Amino acid sequence: MGREKDVVVPMTKQAAPPQPVAQMVEQLLAVNPYNPEILSELENYVNEEVSSQTYSLDANLCLLRFYQFEPERMSIQIVARILVKALMAMPAPDFSLCLFLIPERVQMEEQLKTLIVLSHYLETGRFRQFWDEAAKSRHIVEAVPGFEQAIQAYAINVLSLTYQKVPRSVLAEAINIEGLSLDKFLEHHVANSGWLLEKSHGKGQLIVLPRNAINHPEPEKSTADAIPLEHVARLLPIFG
Amino acid sequence: MASYDYEGASTGYDESSATHRGGSQPPSSGQDLGYDPNFVPDSVKSFVVHLYRHIREKNVYEIHQMYETSFQTLSERLFKDTPWPSVDAVAPYVDNDHVFCLLYREMWFRHLYARLTPTLKQRIDSWDNYISLFQVVLHGVVNMQLPNQWLWDMVDEFVYQFQSFCQYRAKMKNKTDQEISLLKQFDQAWNVYGVLNFLQALVEKSMIIQILERENEGLERFTATDGYDYDGGSNVLKVLGYFSMVGLLRVHCLLGDYNTGLQRLLPIDISQQGVYTIVIGSHITTIYHYGFANLMLRRYTDAIREFNKILLYILKTKHYHQKSPQYEQILKKNEQMYALLATCLSLCPRVNLVEETINVQLREKYGEKMSRMQRYDDEAFAIYDELFSYACPKFITPSAPSFEEPLVNYNQDAYRLQLKLFLYEVKQQQLLTGVRTFLKVYSTISLGKLASYMEVDEPTLRTILLTYKHKTHAVDSDGKIVSNADVDFYIDDDMIFVVDSKPAKRHGDLFLRQIVKFEGLMNDLERVKPEKLEKPEKLEAGSRS
Repeated sequence: MGREKDVVVPMTKQAAPPQPVAQMVEQLLAVNPYNPEILSELENYVNEEVSSQTYSLDANLCLLRFYQFEPERMSIQIVARILVKALMAMPAPDFSLCLFLIPERVQMEEQLKTLIVLSHYLETGRFRQFWDEAAKSRHIVEAVPGFEQAIQAYAINVLSLTYQKVPRSVLAEAINIEGLSLDKFLEHHVANSGWLLEKSHGKGQLIVLPRNAINHPEPEKSTADAIPLEHVARLLPIFG
Repeated sequence: MASYDYEGASTGYDESSATHRGGSQPPSSGQDLGYDPNFVPDSVKSFVVHLYRHIREKNVYEIHQMYETSFQTLSERLFKDTPWPSVDAVAPYVDNDHVFCLLYREMWFRHLYARLTPTLKQRIDSWDNYISLFQVVLHGVVNMQLPNQWLWDMVDEFVYQFQSFCQYRAKMKNKTDQEISLLKQFDQAWNVYGVLNFLQALVEKSMIIQILERENEGLERFTATDGYDYDGGSNVLKVLGYFSMVGLLRVHCLLGDYNTGLQRLLPIDISQQGVYTIVIGSHITTIYHYGFANLMLRRYTDAIREFNKILLYILKTKHYHQKSPQYEQILKKNEQMYALLATCLSLCPRVNLVEETINVQLREKYGEKMSRMQRYDDEAFAIYDELFSYACPKFITPSAPSFEEPLVNYNQDAYRLQLKLFLYEVKQQQLLTGVRTFLKVYSTISLGKLASYMEVDEPTLRTILLTYKHKTHAVDSDGKIVSNADVDFYIDDDMIFVVDSKPAKRHGDLFLRQIVKFEGLMNDLERVKPEKLEKPEKLEAGSRS
């Protein structure tokens, strides 16, 4: 019952950690999920995630857990980096998962407050405000390579859940790319991701996003009212 | 007056030489005048002697009877507001058996926690007792077969006492100097690392995850034997390990770590019956926390499905538990889950996932509130707040307090944080109800028109529609995006096309039920016919078809 509505859309994700490091971290988490001795290794690993553009939610949550248990060992810098990486994992709810573990007084820190505002804009589809705010906080987000691309991937993801054909200006605003750069960007996606360009009736360009189960929903099959044979069979004695 | 004070557990409570340092501690709250911990009434003597014998003989049925019934009856009759006799007093009747004494104390503390208020010293001693008990189990020296109910209660109580300790410790304002020095001295008692590591150790040492995997491959039997071992072994470690996974789910939820909690539960397939469904308390705890975690992760349909299932189960079976000591707890969790279901459905109105009987109950309890929750004014927020506060787990702050003056209470901090973040999420979704209402009545509508109906400009409407899509699509545990939407749509340039999935009316089911009902009615009518009329009727038997 109900499963018929679950549709699957492929999603761009931050890369999983490269093999040796990944195994090391996985091993660490498997053997010592509740051993604070691995705290500094996990902190180093957050920096590694930033520099090598990889991501492990489990490792980051584990570190936040240790901070929660021993607040005096918390590093705001590391927490901020974890949160930036969590933003980059949108549309997954990682940012909230992290916030649930961060005490309220820590969330009042200026850096974290900014990130919470950024998350709010992303959660509510307000990309213009998001990019404006991000521009004001370059020092936080530019420290993390791949940030822009990750957010653009999220924007495209949510746009393609919503639109079959999206006006160029709406796309431009969401991914914060304009003019010639946008032309190049579109060219790339036309060549590689199955995008199509169309003229809208007089108002400029329309981008036809690739089909998926959500922007091209199949009409629901009305199997819901079918009666299984065995139920009918049960009535046969009554009908004699 | 006999001042009740038992020895610190670390010195070994099964030694009958344990000395009583009368009067050195503040009196425990459960210590009425006239309570003599060393007095063992005959009925208690007989209780421990028999229980001890049944445990040695591995008579699970009798153990279960004594544990579930006799212990409650005796508690009700003799120990309504005093503790049971001390373990030292009963030890001589059970050969001073170390393991039995640990089990006895476990029950002793559980009874104390349920009926009286434990002192700090008692909390610490109970922790020590659990540690001794778990260590005995972990080192594989037990050869018992205990009822699942009892093993579940141990894990459940262990987590409960941890939660209770954290709440108690966080109320720093009115702690006495003595309490503070005890807290500093015994800082390992109910330490969060200790709690998690013991549960984790039980999971690992029991190999339960591997056992469940092997059972899936048909190589081993665990669920099939309800966790019991019929080959002469002990079920204690295996089943404690099994329930510890549920214990970890709960601890992680108490800490706000929902993702990790759900991960710990993964080895148990909750789409099927299992050992966790045998004990009602474990069944409810599992689904309550599973549902709550999914609500916080925005996987509303997963939460709705499982709440629906368990509420139906409770509705059908609760009368079997009326005499159970857990009955009140069952009813309370039942009510809380209705509140959570009402919350989920307000955010994600997939009413078609809820059985009609549950829906009727839900409307009765929360119908009016649910319609007000659709409004998204201050009053609606107040109701979200109210339901969340009523139904959420008792969140805890796991870190030790700062002992620096001034002492402040922080027992509400964890709860306030989770509530705040939840209401923040509600706020982000506040405009979605409006969109939903319009989408339901149109099959196509232009952005401009909808914007003017909703009294916003077009760019704002576009962001609202993106929000709708984002919030109604969850990322599941495999990283796939799944739709939770009751009404869905897509946009082509500036036209919205609505794809409404109307709840399928189940006419077929209705007719099936009515036919059977009608037949039953006809049969009843035939039976009540007066004797005289029955004869001619019988002659015609078979003609009605």
